[in-house]
Amino acid sequence: MTRVAAKRDYSLLGRDAQAAVESGLAAAEWYHTDIPRKQMKALMKREDGPAIRDTILWLGSMVVCGALAIYFWGSWWCVPFFFVYGVMYGSASDSRWHECGHGTAFKTRWMNDVVYEIACFMIMRNPVTWRWSHTRHHTDTVIVGRDPEIAVMRPPDLLRLVLNFFGILDVFHATIDMVRNAAGVISAEEKTFIPEQEQPRAIRIARIWLAIYIVTIALAITMGSILPLMLIGLPRLYGAWHHVMTGLLQHGGLADNVIDHRLNSRSVYMNPFSRFVYWNMNYHVEHHMFPMVPCHALPQLHEMIKHDLPAPNKSIIEGYREMIPAFLRQLRNEDYFLKRELPPTAKPYREELHAEPIAAE
Amino acid sequence: MSNWVEVCATDEIDEEDVIRFDHAGRTFAVYRSPDDEFFATDGLCTHEKIHLAEGLVMDDIIECPKHNGRFSYKTGEAKGAPVCVNLKTYPVKIEGGSVFISVA
Repeated sequence: MTRVAAKRDYSLLGRDAQAAVESGLAAAEWYHTDIPRKQMKALMKREDGPAIRDTILWLGSMVVCGALAIYFWGSWWCVPFFFVYGVMYGSASDSRWHECGHGTAFKTRWMNDVVYEIACFMIMRNPVTWRWSHTRHHTDTVIVGRDPEIAVMRPPDLLRLVLNFFGILDVFHATIDMVRNAAGVISAEEKTFIPEQEQPRAIRIARIWLAIYIVTIALAITMGSILPLMLIGLPRLYGAWHHVMTGLLQHGGLADNVIDHRLNSRSVYMNPFSRFVYWNMNYHVEHHMFPMVPCHALPQLHEMIKHDLPAPNKSIIEGYREMIPAFLRQLRNEDYFLKRELPPTAKPYREELHAEPIAAE
Repeated sequence: MSNWVEVCATDEIDEEDVIRFDHAGRTFAVYRSPDDEFFATDGLCTHEKIHLAEGLVMDDIIECPKHNGRFSYKTGEAKGAPVCVNLKTYPVKIEGGSVFISVA
């Protein structure tokens, strides 16, 4: 396939977007590990139980920690409770938005929808806009000019990455998008992936959210305290670090413009707390290859297909030890990427499709 | 005018499952419901042309394997984002232990 020009153009309306369509990279057929239909059906099976349990833990911990943070407000004792509250609000909401957006968290559709709307508000992602952007992310994963969710563009903007550990740029852009949508404006880029009939709902939700933030700010002013904002809004900043820490590992430093998730996605073994917050999205190659498999079944899927995948990183720290040097090299050479080595038991990469990116390592 | 085409033996489709059937350059999805009825639709998702036969059948719903778009395979109705366009459905009959669909 034709490689895009060396200087990448990430605009969804730009040169590389057009090149991806012309070269067949857009909406291409991606590699999948073979899994017998019966086993696949068992993996895809939906359940309510695991997600109900996790949602009770998630929202329950927020209620408890939020209440204790209010109780201890004014003393240092509130800090650990805001720490937990913030991670649940500003990070666990990311994975809940994601899994419920796929409709795989719960078997019951309305439960997916309710948790999706709550999580979208917390993570400040318009539920309409982001459902469609994530659809595109799965169609054209890390295809330059097509994927609207590329977290680390090349060359990497390291300052932006650091700021986003505290949600700073994301919240700035999310606020602008919310106000713009609330004013009834859908951007040209949004129009490339949100169908026309869905756009009024994006506007309606932005208006509801804006009203909630205005009421919260008014309450804070009335009370003469930032406490209301510490519970609504600001946790998206002070609690964002965990979802950024795990999210960067998904594709950071790996290949772009390939059609094999083994080349552009990373699975990482993580501790139980991070797996709860991240809802097992550490099995990211597996998720992209089979997005129908619910998060609670991803460890089982991983065991089933790991013979065909690059070895996962053994920890978050190990992942960063390979990813950060790759980012630094990409500052000098944006064509550089980490090539994921396959085990001998795996089907090889299709060199005829990826010869140039693989050789570029 | 009907143009009945034999798809497979009835026992080749599991209950609450779907298979792919290609015929004359077209592709179809043929379903067996949990209550042992058979249905047929176009084989590709109306969203991004993914084969529905690799998806998940739940009650009367087929879920696309790529973006989790959902359709009623009995009526073809699209059940919400990211699918907006209904699936075309086809008549099905069972004769002599085989499944036939009308592809006219």
